Amino acid sequence: MPESNRGFSAYFRRDLLLAYRRRGEVASPIIFFVMVATLIPLGITPEADSLKELAPGTIWVMALLATLLSAEGLFVSDYKDGSLEQLLISPNMLVMPIFGKVTAHWITTGLPLTLASPLIGLMLSLPSVAYLPMMAGLALGTGCLSFLAAIGAALTVSLQKGSLLLTLIVMPLYMPIIIFGSAVMQYSIDGMAWSGPLAILGAMLAVAIALCPLAIAAVLRLITIN
Amino acid sequence: MNWTWFYRMGSPLWFYQSTSRWLPLLSLVTLVLLVAGLAWGLGFAPEDAKQGNSFRIIYLHVPASFLALAGYFLMATAGAIGLIWKMKLSYIVMKCAAPIGAALTFLALFTGAVWGKPTWGSYWVWDARITSMLILLFLYFGVLALQYAFHNQEAGNKASAVLALVGTVNIPIIYKSVDWWFTLHQPSTIKLTSAPSMHPDMFQPLLVMILAFYFFYALALILAVRVEILKRESKTTWVRELVEQASRQKIGAK
Repeated sequence: MPESNRGFSAYFRRDLLLAYRRRGEVASPIIFFVMVATLIPLGITPEADSLKELAPGTIWVMALLATLLSAEGLFVSDYKDGSLEQLLISPNMLVMPIFGKVTAHWITTGLPLTLASPLIGLMLSLPSVAYLPMMAGLALGTGCLSFLAAIGAALTVSLQKGSLLLTLIVMPLYMPIIIFGSAVMQYSIDGMAWSGPLAILGAMLAVAIALCPLAIAAVLRLITIN
Repeated sequence: MNWTWFYRMGSPLWFYQSTSRWLPLLSLVTLVLLVAGLAWGLGFAPEDAKQGNSFRIIYLHVPASFLALAGYFLMATAGAIGLIWKMKLSYIVMKCAAPIGAALTFLALFTGAVWGKPTWGSYWVWDARITSMLILLFLYFGVLALQYAFHNQEAGNKASAVLALVGTVNIPIIYKSVDWWFTLHQPSTIKLTSAPSMHPDMFQPLLVMILAFYFFYALALILAVRVEILKRESKTTWVRELVEQASRQKIGAK
């Protein structure tokens, strides 16, 4: 196996194992997702027709918040116990381990959110045609969210109270994803072809995969070695 | 090629001394342009046929919007120069450009809201351009918040420089997607009057105001940078000499 792949798989497996050992923490974004979905009908209206209108945007806003909620821990524990420093001084490429870590983050947040989304769809009386587009869009979109959140997590890793700041700096970057993500669902509800916005989400994910690990590696080198 | 001039530019002392020479002239030009542009635009430009006098706010709104966006790119470029060549001065420029840019973005949004009330009947409308400006304001807030969150100045500089650069990559994507979102939703009948269709009598004062705002931006940035330089270099001999000289002059004047 080439050197770069080993960096990816080692950190991918390590972070998945860590997540498996802290299953409670992994579950909390999902529980958050479902709980907020309960608040929407309570706060606005239980009427199916109104909920249907709100569902696409609401589901995406909740997915965004749930990803942000879990992103803070991406590098913090590694930073505190010193293993991040070990990673930084190792002679291997920094990009692949980071890619592995972010992928593991997506597996433990974005993927469960995607799988739990039909439940939210039911609660918000989403039309049945929108389920597949919703899941496809969430699968791609939460990937982008994870990569962008990882940049914010890297920038705030050395700060005491980083979580609110992380939200503040990453949120503006999320706007394109939320626009196209909810458009995928809206298109399918309106009976139009929804592959266009979905393709744009895919393109954004491709760009994020290519550029974000580089940015994260640069940030970690710049900020943590001082 | 000899690069010493480039590195000399990164020296705070060089910047302070050379701007001291140019500052009076720059202030004068800024003042003249601002007064002339405002008087021309607010006092002498013809009234708009449909909007009456309320259109005159564009003489503040359009230049502020121009500089708000240009200021972001300037901030990001200064941050990139700081990251690449590790220049003290460029980080100072980046830090000072952030609040000025945020203030201009806010001014653009505020004047837009004030103009929107009599024209569209509401202070806030989810128009593509307005929404993009709001997101730009959030991007500025992010850079500012990150800069001040670090106790270690060096780390704060680097972090906000990277964030400014990430924002730069994202700005075209954000603008395009907001545009697309706007056309998707096809909201009411609102249309912004486009600048090139303006009458020359209205357009010329606007050009003067845009130029005046560029000068004003440069002046504000230079003044802010000078203060920041004095703060950061307060322990060096040249700043101490400067302070002594100033206090001696004060005593002499009395």
